[in-house]
Amino acid sequence: MVDWQFLALLAANGVLIGLMYALIALGFVLVYKATDAINFAQGELVMIAGFVVAVALAARAVPALAIALGVVGMAGFGFAVERLVLRPMIGRPVVAMIMATIGLAAVLRGAGPLLWGAETKALPLPVPDEPVALGPLLVPPVYLAGGAVSLLFLAAFGWFFLRSRPGIAMRAVADDQQVAMAMGIHVERYFALAWAMTGVVSALGGVLWGSLLGVDVHLALVGLKVFPVVILGGLDSIPGAVLGGLIVGVVENVAAGYVDPWVGGGTKDFAPYVLMILALMIRPYGIFGKRIIERV
Amino acid sequence: MIHRECGVFKTTYEADMALYPLPIARWTVAAILAGLFVVLPWTVHEYYLSIVNLCAVAVVGAVGLNILVGSTGQISIGHGAFMSVGAYTAANLAVRLDAPFWLALPAGGLMAAAVGAVVGVPSLRIKGLYLAIATLAGQLIIEWTINHVPWISGGVQASIEVPRPTLLGVPIEGPRAMYYFLVTVAGLAVVGALNLQRSRVGRAFVAIRDHDIAAQLIGIDIFRYKLLAFAISSFYAGVTGVLYTYYLGIANYEQFQITTSIDYLAMIIIGGLGSVLGSIFGAVFVTLLPIVIRWAMEAFGGLLMAPAVVHNVIPNLRLILFGVLIILFLVAEPEGLARLWRNVRNYFRVWPFSY
Repeated sequence: MVDWQFLALLAANGVLIGLMYALIALGFVLVYKATDAINFAQGELVMIAGFVVAVALAARAVPALAIALGVVGMAGFGFAVERLVLRPMIGRPVVAMIMATIGLAAVLRGAGPLLWGAETKALPLPVPDEPVALGPLLVPPVYLAGGAVSLLFLAAFGWFFLRSRPGIAMRAVADDQQVAMAMGIHVERYFALAWAMTGVVSALGGVLWGSLLGVDVHLALVGLKVFPVVILGGLDSIPGAVLGGLIVGVVENVAAGYVDPWVGGGTKDFAPYVLMILALMIRPYGIFGKRIIERV
Repeated sequence: MIHRECGVFKTTYEADMALYPLPIARWTVAAILAGLFVVLPWTVHEYYLSIVNLCAVAVVGAVGLNILVGSTGQISIGHGAFMSVGAYTAANLAVRLDAPFWLALPAGGLMAAAVGAVVGVPSLRIKGLYLAIATLAGQLIIEWTINHVPWISGGVQASIEVPRPTLLGVPIEGPRAMYYFLVTVAGLAVVGALNLQRSRVGRAFVAIRDHDIAAQLIGIDIFRYKLLAFAISSFYAGVTGVLYTYYLGIANYEQFQITTSIDYLAMIIIGGLGSVLGSIFGAVFVTLLPIVIRWAMEAFGGLLMAPAVVHNVIPNLRLILFGVLIILFLVAEPEGLARLWRNVRNYFRVWPFSY
């Protein structure tokens, strides 16, 4: 017998969590789409943003101001990362680029606690604590707010890439750098813009996830979930990030609800990767990804 | 190595591939062996010996990972997990079946090789980023499995206490005895990798790295050789895990998490991709880094901050230095310490008369 209400509750929470995964995955997709760079430090960017906002809030800043500070700061930081780490890597093998971002991740994971202290910080958002009734289901309002913000930004970035002039230029850069240059597009500027946008997305992700989990080094582990999301959805696709996020969110929540009692917890950290391995075997370019994958 | 040669007069491939490029190289190797086995253990304090032991363990893992990443051009972010497979295999054998170390050591390696080959299967279809992510998934799945299956992990806190290895009934105890044990195994691992490099298999690996399609065209079975690279590399990783377990006296998954995988990747990047000597440099460098940082912080950190803070700062400083070094080497010297060493040697080759 299936307990439908239990399943629906798990799925609803999964959808909201999934949207928040999608937001972080968006940061990864932005960079990959525009610059062909692979960012293994996405989770660490989220963590740094969480630290900045939490520290600002602890210093009694107005929440809106603290979040604005985080967004602007992370945009500048993304810009700097592109200049210092990624630009020298242009034209180098993929493995080198991956390792460079892994190095960046190590620096950030060390720098965060060093600058702001290792203890877990609360990141209180001005949302009520009591669960909200959504039809017959009770859902925590933080999830709801997170889902709404994520949806908003995913739509905004979707519009940006499809309609706006810089967005189209960025797609041109992603498609073929030389042709883009020949058409008068300033390729380096769009690389920098992509990283700055990733910084903005990471800042929002940091606020949402930080308020859920608290801010410390472990916040960076959220970044590990980015990979199943983008592999499922397709590395260079924004709708793919959304769909991948939803799938991962629902699968991990439902799996955790049903399997956790049997194995004593931890299914959440396990199920998405099994899904991802399957996806890699069957459809490595993802649901919406470009079908260009080098086969050997 | 250390000796100077006055010119390169090699006329055959055999001479070019020889393990000892010059007759004097035999003497250099003999001197290094004498230094390692006689001079060092009897002149150096036991504390420093235990640091050398850690280096020896790391050398095995780094040499193995370099076979996969440096020589074959595949990437693995799952080596920490392969080490844990070796560690738990050996620990279970040693505790349940009373297996001696000369049985548990290769058994751990073989088990890791089997698991590594399975994780490497996706490398046949995908490469680069996708392979990195697939091996990352392998790392997380193996970690989770070990942690959640009490039959493997021994239940309480997923750690198994392992008895000391014994040789001819004498337990290998204390840093000095451990030193001989570990350095012997590390030496075997290095010689094995050196010989692999100049064999048919090693050249096939390099061909796959340099151009996989061209490699297939000249008749290299990519399927077999990629899996073989994963298996050999994981065998080394498994042996590293076993050595580490014997060194600590306990098998614990916390020693083999994703940060370990990244440590070893850092070793081979800092040391030099595709070079056995570079792996040794990198392993020693990365192992010594936190020790030097701790030493420096304890000596000078008190000048800058409260003594209680100093100890909390050390692990973070280590991570930062670590990341900065990885990035610096990638940007400035992609061939790592091995290249720097070669530059020094080339300078001295014709030294007083370089022009």
